[in-house]
Amino acid sequence: MADTVEFELVAPEELLFSEPVELVVVPGAEGDFGVLPGHSPLISTLRTGVIAVYENDSVNRRIFVSGGFAEVTPERCTVLADEAVALESANRSDVEARVKTDREALESAADDDKESAAAALAVSEALLLALDTAGQA
Amino acid sequence: MPNLKDLRVRIDSVKSTQKITSAMKMVAAAKLRRAQDQAEAARPYSERMDRMLGSLFEGLPTGAGGPELLAGNGKDDVHLLVVMSSDRGLCGGFNSSIVRGAVRIIRRLLDDGKEVKVLCVGRKGRDILRRDFRSLILDTFQDLGRKRLSFADAQTVSDRVLTMFEAGEFDVCTIIYNRFQSAMTQIVTPQQLIPFKANDASPANDAGNDEAAGDSQKAVYEFEPDEKEILEDLLPRNLSVQLFRALLENAASEQGARMTAMDSATRNAGEMIDDLTITYNRTRQAFITKELIEIISGAEAL
Repeated sequence: MADTVEFELVAPEELLFSEPVELVVVPGAEGDFGVLPGHSPLISTLRTGVIAVYENDSVNRRIFVSGGFAEVTPERCTVLADEAVALESANRSDVEARVKTDREALESAADDDKESAAAALAVSEALLLALDTAGQA
Repeated sequence: MPNLKDLRVRIDSVKSTQKITSAMKMVAAAKLRRAQDQAEAARPYSERMDRMLGSLFEGLPTGAGGPELLAGNGKDDVHLLVVMSSDRGLCGGFNSSIVRGAVRIIRRLLDDGKEVKVLCVGRKGRDILRRDFRSLILDTFQDLGRKRLSFADAQTVSDRVLTMFEAGEFDVCTIIYNRFQSAMTQIVTPQQLIPFKANDASPANDAGNDEAAGDSQKAVYEFEPDEKEILEDLLPRNLSVQLFRALLENAASEQGARMTAMDSATRNAGEMIDDLTITYNRTRQAFITKELIEIISGAEAL
């Protein structure tokens, strides 16, 4: 059996990541799950969280996703992300600015838009948190 | 006999028109490239989405109703038509062909005694449709993707469609857009979104299926949380993806149509300049001849 699993990460506007990896940990809606080669077929929704790609038993890459879907087969792990940000390339001040604009948008939002504005803020705050945690690790 | 000065003025004006059309052609060509790249980049997502939906359908017990987005709400009385056109003109038959297609569908539905509602994307299509079907048009989305189409644009449209569907304002939703074939040809394509039909005509499907063929397609999937919930999440998402794909195709088609239209306009202007120049030269020659005759006959009379 192959010792890698084909990992694909796609956002609506582009294919972000497509290469064989040893292990990838995905934030499923009902808990994180790791995907090794030969994983049994699974389709799951994702919650907001961080995808960790492992190489040589250590985390090689972390990618923040705001939600989406994952499809796993023994050979393949496909993640359809609503939004994805690679944490290595994210800039903390940009993210802070985004949290700030989202917070302002929530304050000025009309009642109808409150819900979506709150959701957007939750995503950007989670991104900031993920960025900080990744920095410490 | 035409006046020489008038001719000169006309030649100049056609020349400057030609400059504008050839500049527009080049701009359209650049934008077309960008639109095509974008459509290319968006393809993997919709391919994977199709594949995942395919796996889900396989797992779904046959005959089960499933969510309304998939199975419909059992009625077929009120149709919603999303007509995609462009915000700007000067793109040949782009908008009129899409409107012609839309009008045909609207008339057929009305003849069948259905109720029709129309959502317009793009200003130009709305302007033409408004002449005949003013009362049917609910709303228009304008300036979508003025700089660059983003997925959020598609989501604004799909949010609206979903809210209406949940409120029971329509039973069947069809989008009509220009599918990009080449810069020369765009094909007016109606596509039914609600209830969802897997479209096998789309070119994106082929590549995805080839790749998947080698995999263990028949595998039984586990679902987390469960099939129904995933489907309920996935279907609205799929609606946005389909709309996004249509918007991208439409944007590429618009630029392609504009490029072709401006190319032929430039060529026509060139022909017109040639014609006018010949007339100008002949006229000038005639004037000179006439003056010579006058001088000679004047001299002979002495």
